[in-house]
Amino acid sequence: MRKKSSNKTAVTGELAKVPSGIKGLDVITGGGLPKGRPALVSGGPGCGKTLFAMEFIIRGITDYNEPGVFVAFEEKIDDLKKNFTSLGFDLQNLIDQKKLVLDHIFIDRTEIEEAGEYDLEGLFIRLGALIDEVGAKRIAIDTLEAIFSGFSNEAILRSELRRLFLWLKDKGITAVVTGERGDHTITKYGLEEYVADCVITLDHQVKNQIATRRLRIIKYRGSSHGTDEYPFLISADGISVLPITSMSLSHTATKERIKSGIPRLDAMLGGEGYYRGSSVLISGQAGTGKTSISATFADAACRRGEKCIMMVFEESESQVVRNMKSIGLDLEKWIKKGLLKFHAVRPTAYSLEMHLSMMIRLIDEFKPKVIVVDPISNLYPVGDDIQVRSMLMRFIDYAKSHQITGLFTNLSEDAATNPYTLEATQMHVSSLMDTWIILKNIEGNGERNRTFSIIKARGIAHSNQLREFLMTPQGIQLLDLYKGTEGVLFGSARVAQENREAASRVIRNEEIERRQRELDRKKRIMENEIAMLKEKFARDEDEIRILIEQDLSREKVVEQSQDELAVLRKAENRGKVR
Amino acid sequence: MPTKKSIAEVSCEPGSEPPGEIWELRLYVAGQTPNSLTAFENLKNICQEHLEGRYRIEVIDLVANPQLAKGDQIIAVPTLIRKLPTPVKKIIGNLSNTEKVLVGLDLRKVK
Repeated sequence: MRKKSSNKTAVTGELAKVPSGIKGLDVITGGGLPKGRPALVSGGPGCGKTLFAMEFIIRGITDYNEPGVFVAFEEKIDDLKKNFTSLGFDLQNLIDQKKLVLDHIFIDRTEIEEAGEYDLEGLFIRLGALIDEVGAKRIAIDTLEAIFSGFSNEAILRSELRRLFLWLKDKGITAVVTGERGDHTITKYGLEEYVADCVITLDHQVKNQIATRRLRIIKYRGSSHGTDEYPFLISADGISVLPITSMSLSHTATKERIKSGIPRLDAMLGGEGYYRGSSVLISGQAGTGKTSISATFADAACRRGEKCIMMVFEESESQVVRNMKSIGLDLEKWIKKGLLKFHAVRPTAYSLEMHLSMMIRLIDEFKPKVIVVDPISNLYPVGDDIQVRSMLMRFIDYAKSHQITGLFTNLSEDAATNPYTLEATQMHVSSLMDTWIILKNIEGNGERNRTFSIIKARGIAHSNQLREFLMTPQGIQLLDLYKGTEGVLFGSARVAQENREAASRVIRNEEIERRQRELDRKKRIMENEIAMLKEKFARDEDEIRILIEQDLSREKVVEQSQDELAVLRKAENRGKVR
Repeated sequence: MPTKKSIAEVSCEPGSEPPGEIWELRLYVAGQTPNSLTAFENLKNICQEHLEGRYRIEVIDLVANPQLAKGDQIIAVPTLIRKLPTPVKKIIGNLSNTEKVLVGLDLRKVK
């Protein structure tokens, strides 16, 4: 069996690689693990070595049709099957299909006596048999170092290990060998000495009680690779490595605009609202109405029939829904219609990377047009400035590359003393944002009032005016501030000033009305008098006419009687004489 | 005695010491390497000396029967397994350290 190890060194051009199938790993390694060579994965207990090895084998079978062998030194077959079933890998099915072989190599130091020279040919024969059983192209050996606890002659072990790695290479099988991390070395027993081609370390850092898993490629001979520590996640579908800077600034920008849900705000943004696919930051102190603006934006998206995800870090879904009813938003309706989805989670429940991965997965599943994150400032307890910024940057890049408009709120901390100070944290984040709206609480005259202003809006001719921001049962309203002879006034001062002005206006109006009435009255008096005069004249006219009539008739009577007298006189003369 | 066959049975003639049970020993080797041959020679000698007439040696060549390595969890070769009497004992190496073999087989108590 002991063949002379002749290294198949077909060094022609680029190193051949096989995709590991582990999400993200193939991106940072530029294609996967070295083909036909062993790779070493080392890490402390519980950092995911076994999963890494198993996923490499299973993805090889399911995604690349490469049968595989998994050799476990520390876990029994049944335990392995159970553990991986809970992660969604059906090992038994693959075994039945003759694609996978599991073997447990058990070493118990106590029952072995060493008497004379030996070698590990038995192991080679076993591995060889397993490989031949399914025609394996991949093998995982987890944790090879266990053999150090089984045998005392380290000189033999080391020479046998060297032989093992050469043998694996010789067989042209791609191997993942796991090893326990040592105190100051990559592995406890220095396995990295023998695996020259590819060494990956897994790590589990805990900061502020939140664990972040990290993966780093220590060496990858003959290949360029990312040298950073890459966060990785273990989730329901295995490991996913997140390259921190895999995204580039290459997303295309549209000219399409979308409404903010607040007509007045749209008017301030050149009359059309935000750009689609842009990122909007709403920052302000506690209680300035950030969530209300976000919810209004979400509501507007749903009204257009677009899907929206609200990621809330402070309130539960039902709490937001209830609270938004007070400003006249019925979010429940959209949830029922399947247009709105809530992702309410405590920021401290997961690491930043886990958050990012969950958010991205949610976007992939739900395919929203609009996302709201409320508030991003709650992520700060989870990571430091740089981490949060880098996480947001990746998230925003991801959203932009999918033409998703993102609205992020940020709670400002110390603006109480000087409301016009821009905080350092905001400055960090704001450079990632296309539009930045600031909400302020302004105290004065024994009350607090909300003001609203647009700090920046990339590519949009926007209003520079401060607006008073009101939350009414009919929704959010933006009002002009009072700008008059008394200066700039907000809130009740504005209202009072407006009332005073209204009062004096009323008085002036009343005066005008009074004069008008006076004039009317005089006119009426004059008209009455005219009427009376006319009537009197009419009466006089009648009387005079009657008198004239009487005079005329009397005249006539006088004439008549003279005539009669004359007649009488003649007749007497004429009649008696005859 | 070299093992041409993959599994060789080496029984001894009926013993002069009738009492005592038969020892069943199994020697795993991988081909006829120097270690395999040495281990077989050493084992035979030890048995002749200490278990005259009460032993049976089974030699298993894993090169010919690789699947047999699994049952007894063989990693190192040569490996000697004492199947009987129970409990099962496991000794690895070419058995050149006679003292250790005897201790391992419970033929001599550790002083």
